[in-house]
Amino acid sequence: MSAAEPILRVTDLNVSFGGRSVVQGVSVTVNPGECLALVGESGSGKSVTARSLIGLAGSGSLVRAETLEVAGHDARNLSQRRWRTVRGRQVGFILQDALTSLDPLRTVGKEIDDALRVHSKGSGAERAARVIELLEAVGLDDPVRRAAQRSGELSGGMRQRALIASAIALDPVLIIADEPTTALDATIAASVMELLGGLRQSGSGMLLISHDLAAVATVADSIAVMQGGRIVERGPREQIFEDPQHPYTRALLAAVPAGKPRFTRLSPTAQATAATSSHSQPGEAAAPNGLPGAVVRPLLRARGLAKTFPLGKSADLTAVRNVDFELLPGRTLGVVGESGSGKTTTARMALGLLAPSAGTVEFLGEPWSSVPESARRPRRALLGAIYQDPLSSFDPRLSTGAMLADALSGGATRNPRAHVGEITELLAQVGLDAGLAARNPGTLSGGQRQRLAIARALAPKPRVLICDEPVSALDVSIQAQVLDLLDDLQRQLGLGYLFISHDLAVIRHMSDEVLVMRAGEVVESGATEQLFTAPQHEYTRTLLAAAPTLLGR
Amino acid sequence: MSIFQQSKPVGDPLLNPQKTHARRREATLVRRLAVRLPLLASAAVLLFFVLAAIAPNLLAPFDPLAINPAQAFSAPGAGHLLGTDESGRDIYSRIIHGARPSLLIGAAATAIGLGLALVLGTIAGFGGRWLDFGVARILEVLFALPGLLLALVFIALAGPGVATTVIAVGLTSAPGYARIIRAQIIALRTSPMVEAATVLGRSRSRILTAHILPNALAPITVLATLGLGQAILWAAALSFLGLGAPPPAPEWGTMLSAGRTYLSLAWWMTFFPGLAIVLVAAASTVLSRSLKSGGGQ
Repeated sequence: MSAAEPILRVTDLNVSFGGRSVVQGVSVTVNPGECLALVGESGSGKSVTARSLIGLAGSGSLVRAETLEVAGHDARNLSQRRWRTVRGRQVGFILQDALTSLDPLRTVGKEIDDALRVHSKGSGAERAARVIELLEAVGLDDPVRRAAQRSGELSGGMRQRALIASAIALDPVLIIADEPTTALDATIAASVMELLGGLRQSGSGMLLISHDLAAVATVADSIAVMQGGRIVERGPREQIFEDPQHPYTRALLAAVPAGKPRFTRLSPTAQATAATSSHSQPGEAAAPNGLPGAVVRPLLRARGLAKTFPLGKSADLTAVRNVDFELLPGRTLGVVGESGSGKTTTARMALGLLAPSAGTVEFLGEPWSSVPESARRPRRALLGAIYQDPLSSFDPRLSTGAMLADALSGGATRNPRAHVGEITELLAQVGLDAGLAARNPGTLSGGQRQRLAIARALAPKPRVLICDEPVSALDVSIQAQVLDLLDDLQRQLGLGYLFISHDLAVIRHMSDEVLVMRAGEVVESGATEQLFTAPQHEYTRTLLAAAPTLLGR
Repeated sequence: MSIFQQSKPVGDPLLNPQKTHARRREATLVRRLAVRLPLLASAAVLLFFVLAAIAPNLLAPFDPLAINPAQAFSAPGAGHLLGTDESGRDIYSRIIHGARPSLLIGAAATAIGLGLALVLGTIAGFGGRWLDFGVARILEVLFALPGLLLALVFIALAGPGVATTVIAVGLTSAPGYARIIRAQIIALRTSPMVEAATVLGRSRSRILTAHILPNALAPITVLATLGLGQAILWAAALSFLGLGAPPPAPEWGTMLSAGRTYLSLAWWMTFFPGLAIVLVAAASTVLSRSLKSGGGQ
């Protein structure tokens, strides 16, 4: 195969499952040293497309294509046996969830060695040397030690690097990466993307799959946007970002919160909720401190908050130390940091679910963290919370309507008929159809579940919502709708948000003030724009540098 | 589009079944029936015995206690469907009349076991570290002893009889249930669902009764139907040992025990009561298994 030949050439790819067509007429070409990004939301057919290219579309699938050439093979006629030599040796596959892709009982070195051994590359000693070389190439520190560790002993970023090492072990000419950084923190995601970009320079072709246009912005040479099983727009990266033609591409670009000032709408207005009709203009609503002239009392105030978890005899784990904040009505206080920085511990103390080791939380000017739960209970209705995984916070035995009835009545009844009007109103407020009241939350989509969680939190008419990674598990386009909804509700109801996220772009878009946390401490805090435009602390600068942005914006 | 027509399904042909719809539907129908057959049979068996327990006179042609020495040891046949015993009593009628005490003993024993387990499991799961420690050790001791031995010890202390049999069997089944309830409660207690209820301002007792117990009991109800067969079996075993219902009563275990003496002479005296026990135990097990796997499709 000469270098000029494309590594991947697909024309008119169609995939269906039991008569249901999920991919229609997709054509893509990847040349050596080129990276093509396939972007679309869940269900757009992008992952099925990728899996079809390596003969793993799944049981019950019917794959058809006019041309399907993978690394010089006509993939339509490959036997299972031949496929096995193509996969791994010529095509490397990187999945989103490195934890489940790696065998928890085997060492990382063994896992990578496997790829080499199956394709019989060299003696044991040669392979061992190659494993170390690979782990070094993917940027793992102390590769000899890493090779002897199991996947459970590694962090998410390290696992993803190990998985990449096994995918590139045999120098594949084509690398397919399906959401490789979606589960990772921003700084780690940035370095993994950089690593993937570097692989391309060695002449491999790459097919990168993501729901997030911003995530692929740094690596992709060209981008194909998928919607409903079809490619709706394709072109060089700059063209897609600067001159998008298709409305769906524009919607995806608009959904990316990076670089969008506060109160800018992220989702198309057609999808905006019923709540939007009564709004004031964004600029005017942004006026800080709401009440003119009056001294605004903080809703929530933390002083010297700290939490230490005892870890046996010697060392204690300090999860949070010396955190101060004030949350004002109608404002959002963003808390940003990577996993393990103490964000969630802080939120749990603010919620009164965890007693601080030192310091206090006051809610509406009265003691909150220092009083017993029975004294907090009467004021609980005024402090709501939404979580990253809404479904796990619902009682699986209750229907949507029963859950809202329970929340509306303070636990007195679960009969939806007792509160039909209020339930319909609540559902409409969060942009859900009244017909969903009869459904079980398990049958709802991710975005609908989060809307439902918001509806439940709103039911007791709270003053403050504590939002712990509320959009981290959602696609960018759905995330945009949920963020817009939270924005609308804040302006209508004057809610204060304590908004926790690892995503800087989301934080910047949502917050009036920001706390940057690292290893349990607030390293920097201040007004959002000031902090983002003139970061004082080294760590804030590192975070900002790692955050994906759209080119030319 | 000649090229398109040449194109083939990619990958393993086994993964891309191209059966016609009719053939596939036929195959699934047969498979579905094959899956459902034991289920339907079990339901029929249980229905029959439940009916026997509710209205034995509807199904039994003779008085279960009526003695007729002339007819003693009749083999199964036209007059007596399943034969007669040493006093000429109809075995079929006795089995039908025996359904009520046998099923009641099983159900009552399971209920006692569950009730005890609920108390122990809730104390352990909700009561804090020391209570949990204490209950866990008690459960371990109970687990270490064979179930039947435990029941025998209890009967030795409390004296034989139907009531003690029921309590003894309930006592032996409690530790298993209690452990599961405890584990469920501990898992649920720290679940996001309970955290969300706390944030909504629900009290501890409200969370316990409205969220934790119902969700903890869901897997237990399935297990209890499995335990029902087991309890009937154990109660019969205790009766067989002469520790349950006293002899003239038409209880299956007691009948087994009485027939044992005449096993070489009249096999039907032991075989049919034994068959009744096996049928009920097996049917309730099959039913509970299908409940467990999601209501039989």
